[in-house]
Amino acid sequence: MNKILLDLAAKITANAIVLFARMVTAVRAIWDGIEPIAKKRVYFGNHTSNGDFILIWTVLPLHMRKRTRPVAASDYWLDSKVKAFLGRHAINAVLIDRNPETRTEDPVTQMAEALDEGSSLIIFPEGTRNVSDQPLLPFKTGLYHLAKARPDVDLVPVWIENLNRVMPKGEIFPIPLLCTIRFGEAMHVKPKETKEKFLARSHAALLALKENGDQS
Amino acid sequence: MSAPFEFFLLLAGVFCLLVFASLVAELLRARTDPEAPSPVIENLVARINAWWFMVAFLSIAMIFGRTGVVILFGLLSFAAMREFLTLTAKSRADHYALAAAFFIVLPFQYYLIWVDWYGLYSIFIPVYAFLFLPIISVLRGEIENFMTRVSETQWGLMICVFAASHVPALIMLDIPGYEGKSILLIAFLVVVVQGSDVLQYVFGKLFGRHRIAPLLSPSKTWEGFLGGVISASFLGAGLWWLTPFAIWQAFLIAMMISILGFLGGLVMSAMKRDKGIKDWGHLIAGHGGFIDRLDSVVFSAPIFFHVTRYFWNVG
Repeated sequence: MNKILLDLAAKITANAIVLFARMVTAVRAIWDGIEPIAKKRVYFGNHTSNGDFILIWTVLPLHMRKRTRPVAASDYWLDSKVKAFLGRHAINAVLIDRNPETRTEDPVTQMAEALDEGSSLIIFPEGTRNVSDQPLLPFKTGLYHLAKARPDVDLVPVWIENLNRVMPKGEIFPIPLLCTIRFGEAMHVKPKETKEKFLARSHAALLALKENGDQS
Repeated sequence: MSAPFEFFLLLAGVFCLLVFASLVAELLRARTDPEAPSPVIENLVARINAWWFMVAFLSIAMIFGRTGVVILFGLLSFAAMREFLTLTAKSRADHYALAAAFFIVLPFQYYLIWVDWYGLYSIFIPVYAFLFLPIISVLRGEIENFMTRVSETQWGLMICVFAASHVPALIMLDIPGYEGKSILLIAFLVVVVQGSDVLQYVFGKLFGRHRIAPLLSPSKTWEGFLGGVISASFLGAGLWWLTPFAIWQAFLIAMMISILGFLGGLVMSAMKRDKGIKDWGHLIAGHGGFIDRLDSVVFSAPIFFHVTRYFWNVG
């Protein structure tokens, strides 16, 4: 009984979050090199705001959204009961420990397991929210290790436009502005590609999506 | 439930017109090769379908009278300002000022319309928002682009909220011999101004040769402008029975509305060119954004309101 109530609460909360995101941002998806079909994927995007994964989630068709899990930091999502409910149940995030000292599980293994269970993932390879003037910070190595661990999974770059204006870091309420989510062509790590080469290539692919948006 | 009888007569007319337009569009579509659909006809179908929705929303709001129309235009202002401020200059220091514009100024303006406080809703945004929003911004101490930022925000409020709110304000006009019918002024304004847009489009597509403002809008022609404005003026004259105006007065007022609507479209086109975009948004299929559909309304509504108020209102 409790489980049913919890699931119901999680479902209602998730839909409320999506509805709110739509009202504030009228977010639009542009599928620029890939189709919205239910295939196992790792979406990797630029990270400027806490709402980033919510917007990606919002524009995915419902049947895909149900099977797409954001990867998030457990120290942030487990520090209060409300956030734990949101993170674990409503959003169903894959919670990883960012601190190598305390962690009991390897993040890449956790992500690979989630993929093996049939989920798609949303990750932010910059590792932290970008508040600099550069459009995109250098990538951490997690994306490469995940790509190596599951080389057949599609890696899809996702450029999130304008959300940093809707809710800049440190502000507590959003202002309504239009946002766009642009999905690019899927990529894979090549057999003999080095870590540096792959990270540079995926970084460039994400920036190229931004350029596409700026031109149209 | 307070819509007068004339409203339903007009609605029946608009309904027949839309049925006719949908039939024509489907016939045109049936005649083209299904393998190679024509973009012009697909756009026409999308536009007509969007018209069905717009007519439905406006009619439902009008059936609920003052409250319905105030809520509908409040929501339209919200959607329009969301589009407008997406493109304007702003910095992090403007976060509170922009939030105040959306969550305080906009609802309060529509509240003032709803309670019919003419003395305050006429000056609230041009005076109070104008002075206080830059104060909120300046207190955060960011000076880069300051003047551009505060001016563009104020423009957004004037266009998307202040001007648009004059549409529901029409209901509160108190005209002798026209009691309880003021809501029909909204119907008259919307039908004439949108009719003028459609007629300009039709005349332009059929006879357009000479461009009127090639830098601003390649699709606007003298033929479209003259044909649209003259036919919309006759349309307005033909709708005199909705209004407190005589036939010749309805003709002249419809002409004024159409010309203002056309010029408003030009002004908003110049802004789009300046910001390097084609449409303000994407939410109304075939039309673009909310501002793309409202631009001619916002430029004509305040003037129509004041002309009617000056010559006909007793309050």
